Amino acid sequence: MAEFLAMGGYAFFVWGAYGLVAIVLIGNAAVPWWRHRRLKGKGRGQGKTH
Amino acid sequence: MLQIFTTLSSLRNFYVMANAWLPWLSVLTALGFAAGLYWGLVVAPPDYQQGEAYRIIYVHVPSAWLSLMVYMVMAGAGLVALVWHVKLAEIAIYECAVLGAWFTALALGTGMLWGQPMWGTWWQWGDARMLSELILLFLYIGVLGLHNAFADSRKGARVAAVLALAGIVNIPIIHYSVEWWNTLHQGATVTRFDKPAAHSSMLWPLLFMGMMFILYFSTVLLARIRVRILEQEADRKWVEELRHG
Repeated sequence: MAEFLAMGGYAFFVWGAYGLVAIVLIGNAAVPWWRHRRLKGKGRGQGKTH
Repeated sequence: MLQIFTTLSSLRNFYVMANAWLPWLSVLTALGFAAGLYWGLVVAPPDYQQGEAYRIIYVHVPSAWLSLMVYMVMAGAGLVALVWHVKLAEIAIYECAVLGAWFTALALGTGMLWGQPMWGTWWQWGDARMLSELILLFLYIGVLGLHNAFADSRKGARVAAVLALAGIVNIPIIHYSVEWWNTLHQGATVTRFDKPAAHSSMLWPLLFMGMMFILYFSTVLLARIRVRILEQEADRKWVEELRHG
């Protein structure tokens, strides 16, 4: 396990790259999900009536 | 065909479709990424020259592919928005630009983290691949800026579409930059079909990760358009019904 994490001495670069990708991809997936949840919750019972 | 087109481009139908598909696509994307990461980080052998550092390829190259692919999708949406004034396409331009800008930023960021240990530098201004990819980032940001720059959002979408279409010239420049200018960035690994530069045990996980990035893009684009429809059409009766229902 320690050997795997060390990435042959390139741990900073390899995990840095994967960490960057993880943060951006998870963040970009969470934002629309969170906006959608908030919108659907807010609209309940107080929407305009036409 | 026209029937399918009209039905799909109705915002309400698109919303209902996105709602039905998103749970499945999300699960599939998460499982796919878990498998792809295991394949690339654990199963694939180390490189004989670069050792373990080469594993950055499994996120760097898919990010770079997507930065180009998303641009073509965005330009396609731009064409549809300009010619047929389809609202769904106008929304798609913006949401593609957001995701495309992030993929481009990731391609640049992971490239720097790969370049430093391998070439001894984070960045080189004279490298055509790096420079054209940076211009791609500015194009995406320009599209976002124009889309937001007008009080009439539909007019903004059409102006942004013009920039998106004009910026297509940059796409072949990025792709061929490693052939036309022989600078720091290495040549293509995968698109040499006659004789790929990488062994299949390294190539397959790369292609798989590329497919997972496409799946991720499709899923998140759907989610982004879905919530944008809800925000933009908040006054419509069907949105009210959906909220109360």
